Formats: sequence, C-alpha cells, structure tokens
Amino acid sequence: MKWYIIKRLLQIIPVILGVTLIAFALIHLAPGDPVRTMLGQHATQMEIDDIRAKYGLDQPLYVQYFIWLSDVLQGDLGRSILSHEQVTTEIGSRFPNTIELAIAAMLFAILIGVVAGIISATKQYSVADYSVMGLALFGISMPVFWLGIMLMMIFGVFLGWLPIGGRIDLLLPFQRLTGFMVIDSIITLNGAALISVLRHLILPAIALGTIPMAIIARTTRSSMLEVLRQDFIRTERAKGLSERKVIYKHAIRNAMVPVVTVIGLNFGLLLSGAILTETVFSWPGVGRLVVDAVYARDYPLVIGCILVFALVFVIVNLITDILYTFIDPRIHYD
Amino acid sequence: MGSVNAKNMKAGVLATIVCGILLIVSLSGCTDNTPPVTEKVLIFACAGDADKLDPADVTDGESTARTDSIFEGLVEYKEGSAEIQPCLATSWIITPDGKNMTFTLRQGVKFHDGTDFNADAVVFSFERQYNTSHPYNQYGEWAYWGYMFSDIQKVEKIDNYTVKIVLSRPNAAIMTSLAMFTVAIVSPTNAETWKEDAFKNPVGTGPFKFVEWIKDDHITVEAFDDYWRGAPKLDKVIYRVITDPSARLLAIQAGEIHGMEYPDPASFDAIEADADLKLLTAPGMNVGYLAMNNGYGYNDTNHNGMHDQDEAWVKTPGYFEPFTNKSVRQAVNYAINKTSIVENLYKGTAIVAKNGMPPFMLGWNDAIVDYPYDPERARELLTEAGYANGFNTTFWVMPVSRPYMFDPSKIGEAIQAYLEAVNISVEIYQIDWSTYLAKTQAGEHPMCLLGWTGDNGDPDNFMNVLYGANQCTLGTAGNVAFYNNTEVQDLLSQALQTYDVDERARLYEEAQVLINEDAPFVYLAHANQNIIFTKNIQGFVLNPTARYFFYPVDMT
Repeated sequence: MKWYIIKRLLQIIPVILGVTLIAFALIHLAPGDPVRTMLGQHATQMEIDDIRAKYGLDQPLYVQYFIWLSDVLQGDLGRSILSHEQVTTEIGSRFPNTIELAIAAMLFAILIGVVAGIISATKQYSVADYSVMGLALFGISMPVFWLGIMLMMIFGVFLGWLPIGGRIDLLLPFQRLTGFMVIDSIITLNGAALISVLRHLILPAIALGTIPMAIIARTTRSSMLEVLRQDFIRTERAKGLSERKVIYKHAIRNAMVPVVTVIGLNFGLLLSGAILTETVFSWPGVGRLVVDAVYARDYPLVIGCILVFALVFVIVNLITDILYTFIDPRIHYD
Repeated sequence: MGSVNAKNMKAGVLATIVCGILLIVSLSGCTDNTPPVTEKVLIFACAGDADKLDPADVTDGESTARTDSIFEGLVEYKEGSAEIQPCLATSWIITPDGKNMTFTLRQGVKFHDGTDFNADAVVFSFERQYNTSHPYNQYGEWAYWGYMFSDIQKVEKIDNYTVKIVLSRPNAAIMTSLAMFTVAIVSPTNAETWKEDAFKNPVGTGPFKFVEWIKDDHITVEAFDDYWRGAPKLDKVIYRVITDPSARLLAIQAGEIHGMEYPDPASFDAIEADADLKLLTAPGMNVGYLAMNNGYGYNDTNHNGMHDQDEAWVKTPGYFEPFTNKSVRQAVNYAINKTSIVENLYKGTAIVAKNGMPPFMLGWNDAIVDYPYDPERARELLTEAGYANGFNTTFWVMPVSRPYMFDPSKIGEAIQAYLEAVNISVEIYQIDWSTYLAKTQAGEHPMCLLGWTGDNGDPDNFMNVLYGANQCTLGTAGNVAFYNNTEVQDLLSQALQTYDVDERARLYEEAQVLINEDAPFVYLAHANQNIIFTKNIQGFVLNPTARYFFYPVDMT
C-alpha cells in the first residue's frame, strides 16, 4: 500500500508536466493578447512592446515554457499580468472558497443521492422509484444558471429566508485565518459568523450539488439492483436474515464501489461546474478567477489555475482508489 | 462485524439525515443575528472586481470606482459636470506661452497614514510615472501617462506648498486631464513601505480610507475623520462584486445591497414599478459608431504620436475601394435608421448621435444637420458613385458589450439588413475582443463597429483621439476609419494649443462640419449611464466621467 501510494504520487509529475505543457501551448496559440487587454483602446506601440518584453512575452514559446517551469520548481508561479498580484496569492485567496462550496455541494449530493438511490432500488417500480428517478432526470437536465436564479428568487427574494449571494453578511465582524470561512468562524468561536457562512452556503451548494446528486442517485440505484440480484443476497435471505439487515448490512457496502467512483470523478467535475454557480451566487472562487483570466489572456494566471485543478483532480482520484480498499477488502494494491 | 455494527450504521445514517434536515430548516428559518446597526454602511454592487488600487496604474472603471473614494488630485470635476474646480491645489497660474503651470497647494491636508500632503507628494506621484530612473517607476505600467500626459516635461517643487508643471508644448486639455484618477496624489511614505505591493494598500487624502480587499468579493473603505472637507456622512462603503446583472437586481430587491451599477435596460420597467428603488439616468460621455476604412495608414517610426513628413502614407490592409468615395460613405449614412436602433437596440436609454462627441461637451456643433434615414437617397448616391448594383464587403462586429454599445451583435445584424436594402451586401465577422481591437487598430477591416468612452471630459479626448489624421497609426490607431483630412487635423492641433475657450470651441465646431461632409463614420448613439439605489440613499450624483463619489452621500 505504501509503495502503491508513493508510485502514484510519482506518477503525478509526468501528468502535471503534460497538462501544463498542453495548456501552455493552447492558451498561447489562442488568438488574443494580454497586453492589449490591459492597456485598452489607447495603447501606443512603444508601451505594448515594453510590457511584452517586461513579461517575457517577446521570447519564443519554448523559452517561455522553460522559464516558467524553472520558476515553478522554485515555488514561483509568477505574477498575474492584469493585477500584478502573485499567482499563488490570487489562487490561494480563492481556492478555500471553491473547496468549501464543492464539499458542501458534495455532502448535499451524497446525502440525498445515496438515500434516494437506495429507496428507489429497494422499492423498484413503485411510485417512490418513479418519482425519485423522475427527479434525478430533472436534476441532470437542469441548467445550473437557471436553477441558481430560481433558488435566489424563491428563497432569497419571495420568501426572504436565505441570502442571495456572497460568502457572509458583510456587516458581521469576521477574522480571516485559513481562508476556509467555516473553519475560521469555528476557530474564532464566532457563532454569528458561522451561522451566516452556513446560510450563505445552502443555495449555492444545492445549485452546484443537484447534478452530482442525480448522478449518484442513479448510480446507487443501478448498483444496488445489481447487488440485490446476486447469489449471496439470496443465500442471506434464505438464511432468514431480515430484509433490513440484508440491505443495510450486506447489500449497501457491496454496492458502494461504483458509487465512490462516481463521487470521486464528480468532485473533480464540481470544480469546473463551480464556474457557473460562482458567477450566479457572486462566489469568490477559482472558477470565476480562471474564466476571467482566460478572457484577459492572463497567461501566468491561467496556467497556475490549470496546474491547481490538475493537482486536485489527481489527488482526489488517488484518494478514491485508496478508499476502495476500505470499502471492499478484496481490493488491494500490492 | 456483528449486528451491533449494522444497527450503529443505520442509526448513524438516520441521525445524519435528521441533523442535516434540522440544520437546513433552522438555518433557513432564522435570520442573521446581526448586531443592531448604528453605523451607516452603504453596500454598492459592482459588475466586476478592481484590477489594482493604484490610481495611476489602472485603465478600468471598476478600479477607479474604488480609488475615487480614496484619492484626490490637484483639481477635480465639479459635481455632475466635466468642468474643473480646485481640490488639493487651491489656485494656479499659467504663463502666457501656456507652458508653465504653477500650483499653490492646500495646507493642513493629511494622508490616511497621518503624513502631510505637500509638494514632495505631488512630485512623487507624477515623477514615478514619467521618470524611468525613478525607483518606483518599475512598479507600474502607467498606461495613461504616454497617452494623455506625455506633454508634461517635468514636475518641480518650488517650496513645500508650491509646484510647477512644465509642458513641452501648450496643451489646453491638460487642465481637465489633471482631474483624472491617473494623476491623483498618493502617499510617498506608503509607497516606500509597500513598494511593489502598494497597489493593494492604497493611501490617499480622500474622504474614505481603505480597510480591506477580499478578491472577487468586496472592498471596504471607511470614513476618514480627518478629511479636510469634514468627515463623510457614511461610516463605511462596501463595494461588492456581483457579476451577473440579474443577480445584482435580485440582491437589491432582497435588500442585501443599497445600490448597483449597469442594470439591464430590459429590467427598467420592473425597477420603476418597485416602490423601494430609484433609477438614476444621465447622459454618458461616449459615442458608438460604424467606421468605414478610408485606407490611410502610417507607421509612427519616431513614436511622437504625429504624422511627420518622412512617414509615408500606406494603404491599410483593409483598404476597400468603395469607401474611399465620399458619396458611398454618405450613402451608408443615409441607409441606416439610427432612431430605430436607439429605440429598439439601445432600449431607449441613449440618444441618436450626429457628431463624434456627446452634446454636453465644449465645441459640440448643434448646427450640424444629421443624415436622415433615406434609403432612396442612398441608392441615388451609390448610382452616382458608379455602384448602381451595390457591392459586397465584410463588416466587423464587436464581440462584447461596451458602455457605448450594449448589444453589438444585434446592432450589427440590423445594420446588415439596412445595407442589404440599398444593395450593399455585408458579411458579419466576429473575433475575440483583444484581437478585434488589435486588428481594427491595424486597419484590417473594411468597416467595423467601435466606440469610445471619454477619459477626461475634454473635447480633444474625442476629436483628436478618434478623428485626427495623426491617429491613423497602423497597429495602434485611434482613428479606425483611417480618415485623413489635413484640414481637420490642423484645426484639432490648433484647438489643443488654444487656451481661449470660445476660440477653442469654434475650432472644434469647424472640424465637425468637415467631418460631417466627409462622412467617414456613421455616428450611432451616445448611451446613457444608469444606476439604481434604494430610496433611502440620498445625494448620489451621476458624473459624465462615470466616476462614483460617495462623499456627499447619506442614508436614512
């Protein structure tokens, strides 16, 4: 297991190199120019040339890549062309927001999705099954942007129960430590802030979690149905075990491997899905940062974000693979 | 693993679900436990975050919207106008040759960091931008300096409260330019403390001092009690970033914010029907236009921003024979129904343009008679010009919405249809915004949509920048019609050196007559600026320069 993890961690290196190389080539080959975007409509040629030289944009592409790579190896992702801020600072200030949102959305998706899937499988072809699967289909087909606006209109404006957007009521005193606002408000024992932060999380988490929730519900259902048809289940029923025990003790655990796979894959997708949710709910996350960076052709920032996304994706996949061994002892990596 | 475990697991799942539901219900039921607010905090929603908070190193409106509260310049715009009045300078004298300007500075003004505002601070704020050997020059791009202030040769300290600005040539627009954010006065002590990170720790002399900046979320400023005009009425202003216009509107309807910029014109009826909201509208300092490529470009080899004798005229890459013919250009002007475009595509929140700058500006010529919508006349002119069967060309349409053109794609399609009706068949071409700017400035288009938002409120900032032959520089042209009329350029250059206001206005009026006759552009519209506030906010005034000042603002 130890060697497996080390091997997997070493595999990250070529993956990241490949991803950044492709991203570097693509963003530089795309039409557009960060210097023009920065200087606007009145740039003089001299200014454009000066700034291109200052950021090394006048160098051949492969030279730019190697300069970038050697800086990265020294822990320097460079500065954003547009904002002058360190790329690490830019990403660092947004990353906890996206992670918190993704975790909240995933919790919502798992909680509702797994329960709904189990109900649906154990009561196959019942009204409950049809309604759960109908809702799942609805959830998968719903545009996040539209869902977000609807949630805001209903719960924010008409009912007035929940805030429309942002991370916290800005009138509340709040001390930032880790950037993870749930954690910060707990560390500082700031109850009012914790409530406000959680309230601000609900609607975006539902908007972002709806699609994975539907996928998890469908996967759980089909995986459960498959397990329930297997011989060992029949044996257990024949042994006289109660139906509850058969399902909750034996069937669920066997059905969870594909569900965990889906959860792992979707967690990575949540980061990219967060772009729309973050825009609708004014959520200061990495998704919005990367979109703005791409529009502005802010090369160092775009590549920095892609690097972080790739890392998260690889690590979540690794965690998923390790989780298998806990769920199903028959799986081991020696 | 026994049955105990299974029970536990089941109980655990149940407990989690119950707790989750309880949490959601309780959280959605209760309102925030906000302590009773006695502070006056105004939350204003902006469409984007600031890039930087160094006023000299930004070009975007979102950055200046914040720096306007923090910084001040030697002079400032009068409220709701583009005319200037004293601010950190109390008075000034300009020598008869127009090249030396001596400013007397206000005494007793403090920066937010407690240091004194004085001549050293003024010299520092200017010199770091133009003097490349200045130690702080490396910390910015100073994008506006080369473009608007390059006539400033040097800025000198005479004594602690007197500075002299020396110009290389007379420039009647420089006084209004001095009210721009670019030349706001920054605290030298603060710059020394933060060096390259001063842009996120701004310290000025303005009514509000900087508190915090949470990227993409909000910027908070609070009242500066030692402000020289007296402390502001608001205790805090929080600029929140809400990029989506529908989300901004929902936020103000839900009472989360007190004001917002750039409302969607489609929602104006709903806003006016809402008893808690008010819509402020004012003419914008902008122009949206269609430019026809006249074909005159040059390479500004010595980078002096002027077309010199030894810099030859060359055909632009987008040179298109028919547009070199005045009758054809006039025909295009007759063919387009601007009134309909303004009513339907600008949703009425604009006025039809007949000149290349908005009506409230010095020298705007009201005597100009605009080309009416007359397709019949357009066809006659085309026939006279030898294009009885029309022609085909490519029409470049902006890919993004700008304050001077809300919906370029639809406007492009409308114009396509109007031109089709007079046998001019155009194919629409779109490309990403920065490439669009680069290529139109290089003259690659036969015809294109573009526009301009004024920087300083001076007519030179429209007339010379957009219509002068000096601006036909290939690659960085401001004049994207590549329209070369030496008579027009002479009038504009003369106007820039004329300090007498009436004479200056007359020169611009004359230039507009020539431009109208040559018809290199179809001036479409001057769009309004719109802003929404809740009814309890008083005293906010829209400025032609589109800058946001919260100093006189109060909330009840």
